[in-house]
Amino acid sequence: MAIPKVEELRVNVAREPSLMTGAIPKEEWMDVPVHFEEGNFCYPAKPSMVDYLKFPNSREWSPDDEDWKLPEGWEEIILNGLKERLDKFRSLKIFMDICVRCGACADKCHFFLGTGDPKNMPVLRAELLRSVYRNDFTTAGKLLGKLAGGRTMTVGVLKEWFMYSYQCTECRRCSVFCPYGIDTAEITMMMRELLHLVGVGTNWILEPASNSNRTGNHMGLQPHTFKENIEYLVDDIEEITGIRVNPTFNRKGAEVLFITPSADVFAEPGIYTAMGYLLLFHHIGLDYTWSTYASEGGNFGLFTNNELMKKLNAKQYAEAKRLGVKWILGGECGHMWRVLHQYMDTMNGPADFLEVPKSPITGTVFDNAASTKMVHISEFTADLIKNKKLKLDPMRNAHRKATFHDSCNPARAMGLIDEPRYILDNVVPKWYEMPENTIREKTFCCGSGTGLNTGEIMELRMRSGLPRANAVEHVRDKFGVNMLSCVCAIDRATLSSLTEYWTPDVEVCGVSELVGNALIMDGEKERESGLRFEPLAGMEE
Amino acid sequence: MATIEHGGSSFDVDEDGFLTKGMEEWNEHWVTYVKDIEGIGDMTDEHWKVVNALQDYYKKNGIAPMVRILSKTTGFPLKRIYELFPSGPGKGACKMAGLPKPTGCV
Repeated sequence: MAIPKVEELRVNVAREPSLMTGAIPKEEWMDVPVHFEEGNFCYPAKPSMVDYLKFPNSREWSPDDEDWKLPEGWEEIILNGLKERLDKFRSLKIFMDICVRCGACADKCHFFLGTGDPKNMPVLRAELLRSVYRNDFTTAGKLLGKLAGGRTMTVGVLKEWFMYSYQCTECRRCSVFCPYGIDTAEITMMMRELLHLVGVGTNWILEPASNSNRTGNHMGLQPHTFKENIEYLVDDIEEITGIRVNPTFNRKGAEVLFITPSADVFAEPGIYTAMGYLLLFHHIGLDYTWSTYASEGGNFGLFTNNELMKKLNAKQYAEAKRLGVKWILGGECGHMWRVLHQYMDTMNGPADFLEVPKSPITGTVFDNAASTKMVHISEFTADLIKNKKLKLDPMRNAHRKATFHDSCNPARAMGLIDEPRYILDNVVPKWYEMPENTIREKTFCCGSGTGLNTGEIMELRMRSGLPRANAVEHVRDKFGVNMLSCVCAIDRATLSSLTEYWTPDVEVCGVSELVGNALIMDGEKERESGLRFEPLAGMEE
Repeated sequence: MATIEHGGSSFDVDEDGFLTKGMEEWNEHWVTYVKDIEGIGDMTDEHWKVVNALQDYYKKNGIAPMVRILSKTTGFPLKRIYELFPSGPGKGACKMAGLPKPTGCV
């Protein structure tokens, strides 16, 4: 489906009331049905993916079909599934009960800001599930039904869940503003889980999840390909710096296991981030190994259901155990850190067979990772800089005017806010913050996280990414920013599409790419180009 | 999923128009079909070089190559690949060669 021209969309977003209804709704929200058409839904999961994951009800279907071919007794499956989860997750029951509908979250959602659709207000998105909860699981709802805000589970409700749980990136910006601290991401997660019980899911999530389960990573890079891709980056590094770095793979007895999103060893601009890691580890002589089995930092199980998330997370720890490493270093991924910091410990932890991470270079003990035993590359790098263990020349990034996008999960799910900033302070001559209400824990999502980074919903993505793009445009126009740095692989892919549309002269990079550019390697040749083979300042022809 | 008839052959394609069964169903009729919908004039040796390189790589690796590896193998800079396949190596060239679309953080 064609995306509107940027000038049209700019006006539409501001003037058109709602993408969904085309007008300010005059009816009760429960009476406005969803309407699917090409461009407003992610393609359904291929039957082969559904079968491979042993999920139920694999079939050919499409959201714009009238009949979704739901299994016999699907209402009961959903309601039993909800009951099971209310018993299992105390958080869900609390989130269902405590919302007072104050509306503080309403205009904090990038999907609401970009689409103007009332059902994208986080309070109302949650209400899609809460109304069913009320009807069937509360005394008031059982007695009073609609009067108590309850409604019966119908095909229409199910379709609504699908529409709006896939117009939420589980970014949790709304939760920052909720006076009760309701984690709206977990409500979306529950809706997606329940939908999978009746075979309703998207391919852009289930295919990477299947690949990760089978081959080790989202891309489906087999061991020899994974290794060859990294070796290809090693060749590029040698051409640029004159230094040959020597990464190892699946090496037993290494001190540290390094795991990053597989996109970092496949797609631009992630590969430049990976070149940054390779240079850094060589610079400090880190005793580390890559794994071709646990070759994915990301975990699309988080976007699917608890069981799959747990299983994919377990691979990382099984590999750490097999190789006998002391601890795990994690790359620039976003959602892997939510899995790590908020779920890993109760799913697969504590990882007692590993040691509390200690930097072999500085001696710093990362007590914050005492249980998960996994350290973020930004904390690791910031600690190296703080202890003066890196030789850096920020002028090698003088051709970049950077800003920093706080990736949702590192910022909001693990509080990784100052470390990347401290790194930037030391690796670029100068960088610029976006406006205060769009950064740190209030950061605006890239608009396409949680497996929404697929091509068929491009207009939606450009809309939901607009609040972020708007802030980028601000620093571009005010300070001449030309590089949007971040610490997430989904961001590197999605922000590239976003800036190409809204702010075409701004590029996207991982923070570690800027580190790699700035590192002065022992015995290096004169650097004329950065890791993208782009000429450094003063080296242009 | 849809079925496309072209030149006497029939092809199962996914929503993005990629061959569902990949190279199993791939043949020269598919190439002419993609050539037309992608707005490519004549198939030149250069087009074939890209298609062959993609297929050779896929047979060994089960995935499309990194764009830079494709550039290196064919000797074409990325700019030239875009001239040959206006919608790009991932969409146009992979589709023509019968490779699946990559998924994940891309």
